[in-house]
This record gives sequence, C-alpha cells and structure tokens, in this order.
Amino acid sequence: MHLSSRQTKRAGRMVANEPLWLRMILISLACLTATVLIIVPLVYVFVQAFADGPSAWWSQLFDDPDTRHAVFLTLTIAPLTVVLNTVFGLAAAWTITKFRFPGRTLLMTLLDMPFAVSPVVAGLMFVLLFGMQGYFGPALREWNIRIIFAWPGLVLATTFVTLPFVARELIPLMQALGSDEELAAISLGASPWQMFWRVTLPNIKWGLLFGIIQCHARAIGEFGAVKVVSGGISGETDTMPLRVEKLFQEYNNPGSFAVASVLTLIALATLGARILLERWAEYQIQSMTSEQETKP
Amino acid sequence: MSLKKNGRSSNPLPGFAAGLSITSLYLAVLLIIPLGACVFKTCSLDASQFVAAVWSPRARAAYFLTFGASAIAAVLDVVLGVLLAWVLVRYEFPGRRLMDAVIDLPFALPTAVAGLIYSSLYVKNGWLGQFLVPLGFEGAYTRTAVVLVLVFLGLPFVVRTVQPLLSCLEAEMEEAAASLGATRWQTFRRVILPTLYPALSTGFALAFARGLGEYGSVVFVSGNMPFRTEIAPVLIVQKLEEFAYAEATAIATVLLAGSMLTLGLVSWLDSRSRTHAS
Repeated sequence: MHLSSRQTKRAGRMVANEPLWLRMILISLACLTATVLIIVPLVYVFVQAFADGPSAWWSQLFDDPDTRHAVFLTLTIAPLTVVLNTVFGLAAAWTITKFRFPGRTLLMTLLDMPFAVSPVVAGLMFVLLFGMQGYFGPALREWNIRIIFAWPGLVLATTFVTLPFVARELIPLMQALGSDEELAAISLGASPWQMFWRVTLPNIKWGLLFGIIQCHARAIGEFGAVKVVSGGISGETDTMPLRVEKLFQEYNNPGSFAVASVLTLIALATLGARILLERWAEYQIQSMTSEQETKP
Repeated sequence: MSLKKNGRSSNPLPGFAAGLSITSLYLAVLLIIPLGACVFKTCSLDASQFVAAVWSPRARAAYFLTFGASAIAAVLDVVLGVLLAWVLVRYEFPGRRLMDAVIDLPFALPTAVAGLIYSSLYVKNGWLGQFLVPLGFEGAYTRTAVVLVLVFLGLPFVVRTVQPLLSCLEAEMEEAAASLGATRWQTFRRVILPTLYPALSTGFALAFARGLGEYGSVVFVSGNMPFRTEIAPVLIVQKLEEFAYAEATAIATVLLAGSMLTLGLVSWLDSRSRTHAS
C-alpha cells in the first residue's frame, strides 16, 4: 500500500500556479506546523537526554539495573513478536490471496480488528483470561504457570497489538502479483518449499520487510496493552516504554529522557529504513521496466 | 485474472489446509477467545449493574473527553494535514524532503515518548510553554493537552491519505477551471476539494479511531484528574487497579463498540471511494 502510493507521488507533481505571496504563506504555515508538532519535540528529547553530557546519559541507561533489564526485555519481546506475526502474516496472506473459501471476508475483517481495539482493552482481555481471577487463572496456578505479570503476558499483549502489520502489507501485494508464477513452479514439479523459497519469497520480500519493520517499531513502543498485563514489577516486567513512565513518576527526568532518547533513536532508524526500502524498491522497479523497454 | 483459476474446485497450489489452520488457530487464541472473554465478563453483570458501571458521572465525563478530544483533534488533523500534503506535493522548497520524512514520526515514535515530551514542552517554563502560557494557552495537564498530543498522533494519517490523491490530480481540470474564469480559490473549493472528500473522510476517521484508543501519551500529558482530564482508557486501568474487573470490562465494551463502529465506517468509506473512483 505504502510502496505503491509513494511511487506515484513523484510522477504527478505539477507546476505551482499560485501567486508567490500565497505560496510563501502556505509553505511557512506548513513548516511552522511540522516544526512545532514534530521537529521541536524531536530535538527536545535529545537535548534533555544529553543535558549532562554523554557519560551521564550512558550511566542513566546502564548503571541502573532496572533500566538495563527493561532494555533487555524490550529487545527480547519485540523480535519474538515479530517472528510470531511474520509466520502468521505469511500464512494468512497466502490463504486469503491464493484461495477462495467461505469465511474469507470474515477472516479479512478479523485481521483488522486489533487496530480498532484500544491497547488498554487488549491488555484487559488477557487479564480476564489468564489473570489470578481470570477464567484460566485457577488452572494456571495449579500448573504453576505465570502469564499475567510475567513475560508471556507481555508477548501475548504485544503480539495482539501488532498482529495485522505483516499480513496487511502482504495481502494487497500478493493479490496484485496473482498466482501464475507459483502455478508454473508447481506444474514444473517444484516441491511446496521450493516454490515458497524460490518463487513466492523473492516476489514479496520488499513488502514483507516493510511489514516487519513496522511491526517491530510498534512492538518496541507498545505501552497501554503491556502496562495492563505487566503489573509494573521493576527489573522484571518493565519494558522500555514502561520504564520511561516509572522514571517520570519518580521525578527522575534525566533517566526518563535517557530511555526515551533510545526509543526515539529506534524510531528514527525505523523511518530511515523505510525510506531506504522505498528507494530501493523504486529503483528495482525502474530498472526492471527499463530492461523491458530496451528489449525489442 | 488468476483469481478465476483459484475458483476452480481443484486448486493445485499447496498449503491451503496448513495456512488456514495456522491462521484460524492464531486468530482464535489471540483474538476470538479474548474478545469472547470480554463480552462474557460483561454479560456477568445484570442490566442495572452494567448501567451503573458504564453510565456513572465519572464514566460519562471520560467518554465525553475521549470522543470530544478525538473529534476535535481529528478535525485539526484534517486542516493541518491538507495544508502539509498540499505544500509537499505542489511546492519545491528547502527542507521539503526532511518534512516529508519526519511526517511519519508519530507512526514510529512510541506513544509514551510522545507523552513524555509533550508533557514537558508546554509547562510554564517549558520550551514552548514559556511563550504560550502567558498567552493563556495551557498545553499541559489540561484538556487542551489531550487534544494537542492527539493532533500529533493523528497527523500522518491525514497527510498520507491525502498526499497520493493530490499528486494524481489531473492538471487539465484545474486548467479548464482557470480558463473558464475561476479564481484560484474557486478552483480549490469547487474542483480540488470535492475530489479530496473521500480521502479526507478516511483520514478523519483513521485519526479519530487512533484518538479513541490512545492511552500511552495521554496518561502523561493530561494529569488524569477524574471528571476533568480523565479519558476512558485511563478509567479502565484505574478500575483494574481497584480489582473491579467487571466494571472495567463494561467500560471497555463501550469503548470497543465505539471503535468498532469507527473502523466499520472507515472500511465503508474506503469501499465507497473505491467504487466512485472506478
């Protein structure tokens, strides 16, 4: 979705024919909006985080064992969530785009649901199921399994919130590609795995990567759902965003901004990766079409 | 094209059974059973308890703020989003690429970080607050603060839905309008704006839906005072901390219904604009 919309963007630019003064006013207003809403906050977080110099920033991050654990926890949960949702996204997109079956539309509607559910409500649902007083609570206690107020709950809640990202990116792409190439591969005797690795995956890799990047960014930043299921045990179930809140509540602003600056850096890296990916995909499509044009 | 082939009863492609079972199992565990638990828990309340939970004065104030702030923020997003999309598509100026790149920041930035930053920018001695607070603009720990942070979060939704449409507009239409004597403003009002309506309504609905569910950033900036700056998700968390699970779930169900309706509206608008376009 994103890839194709960006590609059309540059082709259609027209010569501006507004008077110069109006153009100037509109451009300044837009710059003002972007500056106040986005640029100033972005600069502010780094200024605050590095107010006492890089060494203070470093010690805020790594001398506090609870913060260290939060970094570790976030960097474990996010990749785990991405793997789960990538496997699911591939399976769902394959099933939905290559086959017609009753319930297909329902499945697509269900895929979108996590976007409509408030993260807090998402967390609440898992507490209702697996919490101490939840429906499966007594059974879990008997087996001595902790889900809520422990890392499995964090994974569940994060996975729920990021569930649609990979699938949503793959479905339109695979729909547009059709299944002719896969059919050809199968009819020529390829095994299902050969078909997947040699035909499907190379075709969808850019979309897949794009979905993974978005899923990962959201998984790292998730707050509401994780807060409800985590119970906020410092050094145990605090992820980085939760650590930001806890330090803020403890009036430890330097610590809070230090963690926030790391999260902001990850967000910037995500944006950078997306832009690079778009450029690269655009470049590939261009070189493909020019190849076709040069052929007689 | 190829979809027709799939319609045949004997589809030679592998993986249908495996794909469908993975998909349904995953959705059942993560989505259907949890949602079912939510509904089931709500049903454990009788009607009067349900009403008492979801329609208490405190809950009403929270819905009012949640829906009101989201709606105001979404309207502001539409105005600012069209401005930004217009400038990005139509004009060349230094910093255009940077602006285009940072528009997506609210998508990528963790909401807690957004909340942390916004809560300290607009206080009396903050970077922006030192100018704005003397003017009477209280952008921290007020309802204004909630709207402000929701504007930030919803902005890219509008820009990114309007931008592609604006860049595919045919120059001929505007030229025709101009040659028939329309002023630039008339052309914008009568020719360009109507073609943008579907994108605007989709962008509005997306930004609105984002605002309804938002928790992470608002919890930082609002101060969470009952009746004044408490939004519905904060109230749910509050009820959970008091172990009032049934009440929390009842409020969650109301919020769930609200956001489902918005999502339904989005897909309806989407399909309508698609049929109009074709």
